[in-house]
Amino acid sequence: MPDSQENPTPMDEDFVLVPPTAKGVKKEQEDEDIDMADLDAATAKPDVKRELEDLFPDEDSDEEFPSTANPVKQEQSALQALRSSPVHHSQRGIPNDLMRIFYQRFFPWRLWFQWLNHSPIPDNDFQHREFSLWLPNQAVMRYQSYRTHDMMRQDVLRLMPTRIEIGPIYTANPRDRKSYRNSTAFRPIEKELCFDIDLTDYDDVRTCCDKANICLKCWQFITMAVKVIDTGLREDFGYEHILWVYSGRRGAHAWVCDRKARQLDDRKRKAIAGYFVAVKGGKESGKRVNLRRPLHPHLARSLDILKEHFQYDILEQQDPWRDNEQAAHLLSLLPDIKLREALRKKWDDSPDRSSSEKWKDIDKVAKTLDLDTRALLEAKQDIVLEYTYPRLDVVVSQQLTHLLKSPFVVHPGTGRVCVPINRNKLEEFDPLNVPTVAGMVREVDSWQKGGDDQEDEEMIKEGGVVYDEFVPDWDKTSLKPYMETFRTFVGGLLKEEKRVKREREEGGGGGSLDF
Amino acid sequence: MNRIDAKRRNVVDHRKRQFAEATYKETQYPHRLNFYAIPPTADITLEQFEQWAIDRLRILAELEACSFRNKTPAETAAHMKPLLEKYLPLDSSGNEKFLFAQRQKDHYSHFILRLAFSSTEDLRRRFTRVETMLFRLRFQDEPSRDRSAFVKTLNLDWETVDEDEKKELASELVTTVGFNFGGSRKGSNQVQQVMEEEWCKVDWERVPDLIENRRVVLRKGKAYVPAREQQSMVLSEFTAKLEKALEITSRALPRLDEDDRLTPILNHLSKNFITPDSSYNGSGTSVEGMEISARNIDNLSQHFPMCMAHLHRTLKRDAKLMHFGRLQYTLFLKGIGLNLEECLVFWRSSFNKITDDEFNKKYRYNVRHVYGDVGGDSNRRGGGYSPYSCQKILTEHAPGPGDAHGCPYRHFNMENLAALLQASGVSEKGVLQGVQEDKEKQKFHMACNRVFEHIHKNELKKARDEGIMTPVQLDTIVHPNEYFKRSYLLKNLGKQPQQQPQQQQNSGGGGGDGDVKMDG
Repeated sequence: MPDSQENPTPMDEDFVLVPPTAKGVKKEQEDEDIDMADLDAATAKPDVKRELEDLFPDEDSDEEFPSTANPVKQEQSALQALRSSPVHHSQRGIPNDLMRIFYQRFFPWRLWFQWLNHSPIPDNDFQHREFSLWLPNQAVMRYQSYRTHDMMRQDVLRLMPTRIEIGPIYTANPRDRKSYRNSTAFRPIEKELCFDIDLTDYDDVRTCCDKANICLKCWQFITMAVKVIDTGLREDFGYEHILWVYSGRRGAHAWVCDRKARQLDDRKRKAIAGYFVAVKGGKESGKRVNLRRPLHPHLARSLDILKEHFQYDILEQQDPWRDNEQAAHLLSLLPDIKLREALRKKWDDSPDRSSSEKWKDIDKVAKTLDLDTRALLEAKQDIVLEYTYPRLDVVVSQQLTHLLKSPFVVHPGTGRVCVPINRNKLEEFDPLNVPTVAGMVREVDSWQKGGDDQEDEEMIKEGGVVYDEFVPDWDKTSLKPYMETFRTFVGGLLKEEKRVKREREEGGGGGSLDF
Repeated sequence: MNRIDAKRRNVVDHRKRQFAEATYKETQYPHRLNFYAIPPTADITLEQFEQWAIDRLRILAELEACSFRNKTPAETAAHMKPLLEKYLPLDSSGNEKFLFAQRQKDHYSHFILRLAFSSTEDLRRRFTRVETMLFRLRFQDEPSRDRSAFVKTLNLDWETVDEDEKKELASELVTTVGFNFGGSRKGSNQVQQVMEEEWCKVDWERVPDLIENRRVVLRKGKAYVPAREQQSMVLSEFTAKLEKALEITSRALPRLDEDDRLTPILNHLSKNFITPDSSYNGSGTSVEGMEISARNIDNLSQHFPMCMAHLHRTLKRDAKLMHFGRLQYTLFLKGIGLNLEECLVFWRSSFNKITDDEFNKKYRYNVRHVYGDVGGDSNRRGGGYSPYSCQKILTEHAPGPGDAHGCPYRHFNMENLAALLQASGVSEKGVLQGVQEDKEKQKFHMACNRVFEHIHKNELKKARDEGIMTPVQLDTIVHPNEYFKRSYLLKNLGKQPQQQPQQQQNSGGGGGDGDVKMDG
């Protein structure tokens, strides 16, 4: 039987985790965490000191990078300071106070932790995971790891990194890596399979922008890429838990979180990356798509997906061959010399024909010449793919140890949050309209103006994890829909992990547990 | 049913088999091919021990050389055939006693070399690579009946695809069946071919190289592999098992230390397994008397091979290179003797569109890392990375959009390659023609050597006529730094002998300096 019938449809559409709206639920979960921490502290002696430090975060710590400001004070006054006084700017343009508020109140720590930990109780999936923090002075702290997300949160608030990257899970705690002599005792074992698509790789086919600039027109390249890769991963490789994230400026990342995908070694990651590469070589390689015929099912399907985009997004919007110099490249991709000459002549005679007209000209002229229609068709297919097929930064996918920027980090250049992209509303995603920290603070402010000012004061006093009684901060902002996407995704992943775990335990003969 | 059961009984976990039967029982070799799962247990003489190992080593070294020269599989097979017959014959039929001796030698020599090459990660990797190549060579050579008999004994669990599923997927499977025929056959014929072929369904992770090249159809994580592609699966199984076994061997090695008969032989063996490629040492390249400094690179670039000349030109034009371009070029510069300080000066002055701050943040560290100035212990102790060989440039990290690294002979199309060559002063039709032919035959290093010979034809003639350089010094170039060094020496032939005719190797004392500098 074909597998498709046995596998249920991806769960993230129909499974929604209940948002923690009632305070009781929230409290309970927090208590759980504290219990865990206590337990750990009791069993592991060296950690007691850490625990104390965490209780008194304003005491001077003996860390490498002591923070200059008093965190607690700053936390409490940040919001007010922001409203009244001019703000301090961190090096890369986002005010430090804003970033602090972001990590305090908008960054979805718990959910983010569950995503990486694959269960609500902290275990090695989180604790042996490498994080790297990019500090405002451009130093990078690698091999950081944390026992709980609260400890990480505290560190982040102290150091105010401009960027947080996620690395692999190691066999042991990355902080202790120097105490292991050989490479077998300390080595990476698991990481999500990642893909990185960046618009700069499209510079030779996009006409609207270049380098770091983007607009909605060229964002379509990313939309196409996401469609092709996502479909391929689901239908061909059978992966289901794929999170697409906006990279903050000009690209998108994919995190394939299925257990099987996380456990792939480098050889297999390289194979997957190779499977998805069709555009090869640099500028000097000439024709960059040379595919075997008949087309592999993956490519045939991708071509179907991309055809429509080619008509509108490439020919109409990008218009890549309008002037005849640009069209020379198009000509160089066509198979027959007679055809090329005829087209060149035609276009020289009537300049300023649009790309779609030129594209149609190819067929018209070819008809008069009696050519090998199959060769022409194949060349045209190759051209469509050269202009639309995803271009990957393969190194990101190939290496288990490659670090990748975490979702929900704020891009220091644009101020935009690296939000998850809802793949069911892929076409609606607008990278220029993604929430920014400053925007969200404004939104929270104006939301509260409708409510009670006293409530606001109270919240600030609490410090730490601040939750409004019923509405978390992000729900008051344009971050809300993205948060929903993430919540749904993590919910689906956790459900799957739980199922697998239960199956394994039951298979082990432990007998079923009644709840 | 009975038939299958009989076969099952035949295959026992090798560990159990090893201990279940008498320890010193002679091993049987029912098949010509061997997965080397069971170590040998019989006695052999020390002479045999050494001789067998050396014979096998000779074969492996030659195989590795073939891959460095970029020979096609067919050429490699042709090249290896006489050598295999001489040193490590392995026939599929003949006198039984005779066959046994051959197979025994094959079996024992493999295990001896395992001992010699399990000590370091690098040796293990290379040994696995060449052993797999040897196995592939033999596997392809095997008559198909023997081959499938052998494969069956391996007990790899492959699920066969039944008729219904075949029919359902026929239109997709067609795309991989025509792989060897260039799609010239008619559609109906191909569907028929699909139905005739035996397909098996395996988890895709078992056939990564078929996936990478899109040579099989993939559905929900299952790869549909035609029977003739089982080679790939067998090979990856072979590699995986060997890797694991070597890992275990390396752990057992310390116990050998007490043995004063075998250890010297094994050490001697592993030392002889060096290649012209990986052991390229920096000190050998620099030529005395040559001024190697940041400001002189422009001048020296006339001696660069095309790959480096292209990087140099791109860098001059864009004031920028992408990551792998920087890596390839930095290593080359390091190889010609540019020291770290000068190298940093060179990159800083080349990246002239950015601020000091940005340079320091983004690029300085990488250059220092390459030189072993920063980084982990092993990186610093090892003095950073060694310059890339042609082999590495040809096979690793194919350039993508915006990249300028790689080998122009391989990664450029003919038109652009011709333009590049002409820009470098190579415009003779015959040479370009030759380069095109080499490129089509995938002999990229031949093309490069051809261009080298053309550029230096006068000097080479002189060097040969006057016997200044030995034939060894004029062997095929397989390393960009070798290209540079030879080019430099040749271009300066005319100048040095006038002053110091016989002291070419140690020239470059104070007096020679003025002459050695070139004016472009």
